[in-house]
Amino acid sequence: MVNEMRGTTTAPAHYTLEDLRLGYGERPVIEGLSTQIPAGSFTAVIGANGCGKSTLLRGLARLLKPSAGRVLLDGEPLEEMAPKQVARRVGLLPQSASAPDGIAVRELVGRGRFPHQNAWHMNSREDEEAIEAALRRTSTLELAGRRVSELSGGQRQRVWAAMLLAQQTRILLLDEPTTFLDMAHQIDFLDLFAELNAAGATVVAVLHDLNQAARYADRLIALREGTIVAEGSPREVITPENLREIFGLRAVVVEDPETGGPLVVPAASRPR
Amino acid sequence: MSAPAATRRPRRAQVPGGSRARRVVGLLVLLLATAALAVFALGLGDYPLSPGEVIGAALDPGAGFKRTIVLEWRLPRVALALLIGAALAVSGALFQSLTDNPLGSPDIIGFTSGSYTGAILALTVLGAGLDGAALGALLGGLATAGVVLALTYRRGIEGFRLIIVGIGVTAMLTALNQWLLLRAQEEVAMSASIWGAGSLANSSREAALTAGVGVVVLLVLVAAVSAPLRQLELGDDLARSHGVRTGAVRISVVLLGVALVALAVATSGPIAFVALTAPQIAARLLRSPGLPLTGSALTGAFLLLGADLLAQHAVPGGVPVGTVTTVLGGVYLVTLLIREARKTW
Repeated sequence: MVNEMRGTTTAPAHYTLEDLRLGYGERPVIEGLSTQIPAGSFTAVIGANGCGKSTLLRGLARLLKPSAGRVLLDGEPLEEMAPKQVARRVGLLPQSASAPDGIAVRELVGRGRFPHQNAWHMNSREDEEAIEAALRRTSTLELAGRRVSELSGGQRQRVWAAMLLAQQTRILLLDEPTTFLDMAHQIDFLDLFAELNAAGATVVAVLHDLNQAARYADRLIALREGTIVAEGSPREVITPENLREIFGLRAVVVEDPETGGPLVVPAASRPR
Repeated sequence: MSAPAATRRPRRAQVPGGSRARRVVGLLVLLLATAALAVFALGLGDYPLSPGEVIGAALDPGAGFKRTIVLEWRLPRVALALLIGAALAVSGALFQSLTDNPLGSPDIIGFTSGSYTGAILALTVLGAGLDGAALGALLGGLATAGVVLALTYRRGIEGFRLIIVGIGVTAMLTALNQWLLLRAQEEVAMSASIWGAGSLANSSREAALTAGVGVVVLLVLVAAVSAPLRQLELGDDLARSHGVRTGAVRISVVLLGVALVALAVATSGPIAFVALTAPQIAARLLRSPGLPLTGSALTGAFLLLGADLLAQHAVPGGVPVGTVTTVLGGVYLVTLLIREARKTW
């Protein structure tokens, strides 16, 4: 459905980050970071807790203003763009979001249409179609009339994904989207975004699980203390040397029997 | 890292979800009930009229004396009750939505007391008349909002902080108001106290027209910020990722809420508890997610008109409507506090 959005004539969406510094107050969390995020890629940002992964994503979502350097979206400085204009190109699934009390699934998903609506925010036919498509894509159509508060964690995360899809952006930013899901729901959820990526969406996800990152992403960015220590394909980034440098983790990397990609097996800390 | 996606601490009372159809029906019922109450109110008085006579007198230019009674004598007061009720309720809904807390209402966070302070200062210190008191109320409300917000503002407006600071400021202003009344001349203090009880007894055509224009203009502006305000209920990160300028929306909401409450206080004196109760009652009646602005306006109009009828006709000799709303609202506040306390402990 991401392919079906309007404005298909514009250049492929991608980010260019130039000597970026991001932080809260005086303390920079990201410092001197430069990289590119190609259109149509599935990029996973990995690194230890507190290394600046989520901060980087907030910078891409324009939630955090760079204190130095800049973020270019399709060659245009992100900061100089109108908020709604950015919101039609970039969607975010944050770590924590709150659903208004008693809201029904369809209505919550409809809130994702905000950037496309005029000042009076009446739902148009186009809005209804986008909501319907998003519900269908995330298999939440049969939940449409239910209250969000009655849903299980897995269902709820799908509803938030539906709201993100209703926004119809080419770029999807996901901040630790699988943290509170069980293994089966994690795989389902990432499969959904892999399909969207295959259909043309650019996905940037902060992921904790290295094996999921290696399996779903075609490009990894590894951060340590706010700077990039490795980037490239999973095979290039996931090596025992890099794992020691990124996480201080002793691990062996074997071949994933399902995909042939790298699979991280942490070293046993105690001999048995 | 932080809270799981899509979960929240339920701070506002849980309201069961309802369909859009139910909400439309609910709004129609509220509208009809308010209209019926208004017709009933226009018939009450020393010269009682049946609902049919009221409607006939209003529609027929040749109705003579009955028309004078309905349109000239009674309509200004009924219209003012509806307008002030709507203004207070919408102001309450805006602040409760902004603070995400049923206690975040202008009568709790000091804006009503501040308006009253402004009016007392105009009456006692400047020796102004009732028009001056109205202007003083407007300025006092805005000044209080400025002080409360300056004390609250830390890279954005945080709801809970606003309530705590507001309660403190209310306490100080109440003491100040008492001191001002004690040191004023007896007659001036008397008239300021009467005004301070909150009453619609001095409703004139001019007052109704002025308040009407003001309330309509402010409500149109409120309608314009209602969509981004609703988006804020999703949390700041999502709202901003949808292109909402969260800071600008919050400031507009505060300014509009203060203007509505100041206009109400300037017209009728401080009438407590309508702003606090109407949005919560409307949310329950309509089963709407978040706070319904249109529903709150209708509920506030209905409540204040009903309270004014009780104030005029149920008590021998009549009392100021502010007394009635304070008694009814006090019961509501106690219930609310007990229920919130049960949820926490």
